[in-house]
Amino acid sequence: MQINDELIDHLAKLSKLNFSEGEKEKMKHDFQQMLDFVDKLQEVNTDDVEPLIHMTKTVNQFRPDQPAQPFTQEEVVKNAPDHDGEHFKVPKVVKK
Amino acid sequence: MKNYETLAEIQQDLSTGSIQCKDLVDFYLKRIHSAQNLNLFLEVYEEEARLRAAEIDQKISQGTQGKLAGLVLGVKDVICYQGHGLTAGSKILAGFESMFTATALQRLLDEDAIVIGRQNCDEFAMGSSNENSAYGPARNPVDPERVPGGSSGASAASVKAGLCHAALGSDTGGSVRQPSGFCGTIGFKPTYGRVSRWGLIAYASSFDQIGPITRSVEDTARIMEIMAGPDQLDNTAAVEEVPAYSQALKEDSGKTYTIAYIREALESPGLDPEIKQATQDLIQRFKDEGHTVKMVDFPYLDYVVPCYYVLTTAEASSNLSRYDGVHYGYRSPKAQTLEEVYTMSRSEGFGEEVKRRIMLGTFVLSAGYYDAYYTKAMKVRSLIQQETLEILKDCDFILTPTAPTPAFKLGEKANDPIEMFLSDIYTVHANLAGVPAISLPLGEHSSGLPFGIQLMGRAFDEENLLNFSSQIVKK
Repeated sequence: MQINDELIDHLAKLSKLNFSEGEKEKMKHDFQQMLDFVDKLQEVNTDDVEPLIHMTKTVNQFRPDQPAQPFTQEEVVKNAPDHDGEHFKVPKVVKK
Repeated sequence: MKNYETLAEIQQDLSTGSIQCKDLVDFYLKRIHSAQNLNLFLEVYEEEARLRAAEIDQKISQGTQGKLAGLVLGVKDVICYQGHGLTAGSKILAGFESMFTATALQRLLDEDAIVIGRQNCDEFAMGSSNENSAYGPARNPVDPERVPGGSSGASAASVKAGLCHAALGSDTGGSVRQPSGFCGTIGFKPTYGRVSRWGLIAYASSFDQIGPITRSVEDTARIMEIMAGPDQLDNTAAVEEVPAYSQALKEDSGKTYTIAYIREALESPGLDPEIKQATQDLIQRFKDEGHTVKMVDFPYLDYVVPCYYVLTTAEASSNLSRYDGVHYGYRSPKAQTLEEVYTMSRSEGFGEEVKRRIMLGTFVLSAGYYDAYYTKAMKVRSLIQQETLEILKDCDFILTPTAPTPAFKLGEKANDPIEMFLSDIYTVHANLAGVPAISLPLGEHSSGLPFGIQLMGRAFDEENLLNFSSQIVKK
């Protein structure tokens, strides 16, 4: 599969990343290399093979439904780049 | 200060009063300062470690100390420690402070381990050389022109250089074992689910395990028996009972085992001839010692790394979507709109390798490609696991080298992501299958560099894996 600008732009949009023109060229090149590498998997016959979805056999580990407050509001917003002590702040999203 | 190989020796000297925890901490602090050129620690908890040491010395004098009193530990920069900085080697988390402590670490702290600092690593544990850190590469203490491996490179390097007695790393595709091979330490990846992942920064959740890096198998056993076990905070943490590994080591009477080695692994063209020879010598030694050795075919060897990359990048692209410039971490000062907050913060905050993996992961999960790549890789993973379990039905362990070469030079593979990926060819197997694996220092290369051998064992049978490992390194 040949990687083009359109695909890189599409994936960047989905990934919430942007690239300068120079970065995009390099990404295109590296991406092509990585994709060619993982394309090797197509050689493996996987007819009638179930995908491995769960790595553990444990299911439904129950615990009592007890309310608790492991963190205070202050602790939760502490690492935020912008907050008012109670809320995370972001640029205005709704125009008047 | 003696060059202590085991915690037991340290505790012996603590009990006679010939040393105190305070002396140990001062010793390691001094060594950390004199090894700054290696760039192994991102933060050193100097005052705090001294205070903890004084507290534990007090407990020792009263006979109330925990099982790990005297253990001075380094922690990879992906494991939460409440009130301490945590960056995953990334600019996007600069200034972040953990709100809680990882369960695995908390259990060690409860037994009086002392954390001396936070160790450099590849950004979000993505890398095999520790060159992908936003805080500069870490270097190998055996040869500072060479990489210590990755992603827990600095952790293995610190144990080797004697900057801490042991370290906690994380292993998604070999990140504890490959650097242990490159530095000459013992690196252990538990069975998937054996150790709680609560408080470990997620890279690929169906692969990640926290594992110890040590100077002796005995210490691996002592750390593992405390760290492992179920955790209410991580529902994937296994409920299987955790045996007393260190007691089992003491009682081991030199049992004989059946060991498989993978033909394709030894015939691999990328394998260094000296490492190949040393592995063959070890196979001969096993036979001489009365073990049964079987050559097995593992036709999927060429597919393990591609399979690993599809699945881990997919999981990473999802896990790393939490870095949004809103809840924590870096926000671009140039962002004017919410969309720009997301996009600019992530683009400026993540390094190149992380972006490459997010892009590949997004691709394999995207509409139109999901089945061809992601589902396909999950099917191949299924085959790899089945084939591995089949081998482990008749054989107790699978032997391979830890890595195809000894440590390479800084910059040597920086421009070729595929070359870099292939240094994990032997280690990713255990993470794909979910089984435990260990890297043991096997010998010294003519270049003077150490290298390791790897043993994989049966799921949840860490006990026999540790017992056999101990037999190997003792002789």
